[in-house]
Amino acid sequence: MAASHAEKTHAAPAAPQGGGPRKGTVAVRVVGRPDSLEQRIYLPEVVKGLGVTAKHFFANLFSRKYTVTVEYPEQKVKYPPRNRGLHRLMHREDGEVRCVACMLCPTVCPAHCITIVPEETGNGNEKRPKVFEIDELRCVVCGLCVEACPCDAIRMDTGEHATAVDFRADAILGKLDLLKRGAASTAVQGGVGGDWRAKADKTRDETP
Amino acid sequence: MLEFLADHSAIAALLKVFFLLMAFVMPLASLSTWAERRQSAMMQDRLGPNRAEITIPGLGWTLRLWGITHFVADALKMAFKEDLVPSKVDRVLYGIAPIMAIAPVLITFAIVPFGSDLCVGKMTEIITSLEGCRRTIPLQVVRLDIGMLFYFALASLAVYGTTLAGWSSYNKWSLLGGLRASSQMMSYEVTMGLSLMGAFLYYGTLEPNAMVLAQGDNPLNWGLFYQPLGFILFLTAAIAETKRAPFDLPEGEPELIGYFVEYSGMRFGIFFLAEFIETIFLAAIVTTVFLGGWHVPGLHEDGFSFLKLPHIAVVLLRSAVWGGKILFLCWLQLLIRWTLPRFRPDQLMRMGWKQLLPLSLLNIVLTAAWVLWRSAH
Ligand code: SF4
Ligand code: SF4
Repeated sequence: MAASHAEKTHAAPAAPQGGGPRKGTVAVRVVGRPDSLEQRIYLPEVVKGLGVTAKHFFANLFSRKYTVTVEYPEQKVKYPPRNRGLHRLMHREDGEVRCVACMLCPTVCPAHCITIVPEETGNGNEKRPKVFEIDELRCVVCGLCVEACPCDAIRMDTGEHATAVDFRADAILGKLDLLKRGAASTAVQGGVGGDWRAKADKTRDETP
Repeated sequence: MLEFLADHSAIAALLKVFFLLMAFVMPLASLSTWAERRQSAMMQDRLGPNRAEITIPGLGWTLRLWGITHFVADALKMAFKEDLVPSKVDRVLYGIAPIMAIAPVLITFAIVPFGSDLCVGKMTEIITSLEGCRRTIPLQVVRLDIGMLFYFALASLAVYGTTLAGWSSYNKWSLLGGLRASSQMMSYEVTMGLSLMGAFLYYGTLEPNAMVLAQGDNPLNWGLFYQPLGFILFLTAAIAETKRAPFDLPEGEPELIGYFVEYSGMRFGIFFLAEFIETIFLAAIVTTVFLGGWHVPGLHEDGFSFLKLPHIAVVLLRSAVWGGKILFLCWLQLLIRWTLPRFRPDQLMRMGWKQLLPLSLLNIVLTAAWVLWRSAH
């Protein structure tokens, strides 16, 4: 039951002379087919192979020793910390949205999937998004929006996949959906700490 | 009841057919479809299909059972799938091909002895031999003197199923698959027949049950130890007959899907099932010829030497052990199927004609010389 290679002689091309490869040629290492008598009879090798697979079979049958399967819906692989999942919008200390509607993320987004309609906050010195929508079906998960944001307002660290939805419209996440996943950011707003409103330069508000 | 069956052997035969096919072969074949996927997964460090489960309605219990019920789900899927018949097929041949593939294997089960003879009227007694029995019921559907020849004759019919399927499908790939199947099956049939010739010489009979009786309950007298070469040759050739890896060229997925490309739904299911029934039948024949058939090591007609058993217990134990041997051989075939890579067609032919065939001839000569020497002394 020898396999066919047993009958061939190895008329292999001569190996390059003088040690290293000759100039302009590719070094070829000629490896002969294994053909000891034991391997040519084929049967001992078959038995060896069966031994290996049988070992794995029984070890996996009784103790899942080598089994690498993760039974997905029940068990999940932990994502690395920098995994990009669904978006979320972060909160300020007072629970308001951190986003100042600077329009950097919709500008940088290569998929044009972020829609922001800004509005005045009323205190005269900043804006906030009235509408903040991300179409997760169009998003290419590049993470550029997160990098562009100057005030840690948008993040992709939820570890969630874009989940299956029944209607396309359900895949468009609005401001409230995004805020629901959010949390207070530890970044310092405006660079002056939590009581920034009190410390703010009031003179700017007064028109001369 | 048993007396009635002993007198009406035709009815008894029908019952035996029903028991053998419906209670053993078919369930085992369907289970193999699941076992194959599960075993291959475990050999490859995966888990395999383990999610089909039964929920008992009112109670809310869920039976997972390692996913055994996958075969029910598969059967349902097959049955409800659209039966697609390509427009240019030869409808008659296309229709009978699956039947031609499955019928021969089912019929050949008739010669397999699945237990020792039942001694009617002495079921609960301890008997030392069947000599004193007025009437016996053999646990074998038919007891043919030409036994194994019947098997070879029918096994060679199975090639029609695959060849016709390939031919009638009007598809080049099916045709190539069918041609490969026919050349492979014909080549290996030669070795298959000749490799058993040594066993025939050794036992002096072609009748399966007589072979089992000749082997006795001492495992060292089983055919495996007297015909080791024949055993290996037969196993190899017979696995090639079943067209399963490493001999699955007729259905090599990368180059041609196989002779059944154009089949769908339950028609394909029948080809699929036929393959598994063939493996079970191969296991049954190897058990009969080389592994002592229904014999249990150390179990005589009256029980073990340290524990006497009534006749019915002996018979049941023997049938159970027979089933166990078959299960083991089915497992072994799955192990082989998922370990060895597929041969190339030229390797296949060279191995069949230039290596297995001369070896099986050698086996016949050696066995004949040995039988001659033994009879002279
Ligand atoms: S991840 Fe990329 S594509 Fe998705 S919203 Fe952000 S910038 Fe746009
Ligand atoms: S980059 Fe940040 S602050 Fe600017 S609009 Fe986007 S989320 Fe808001």
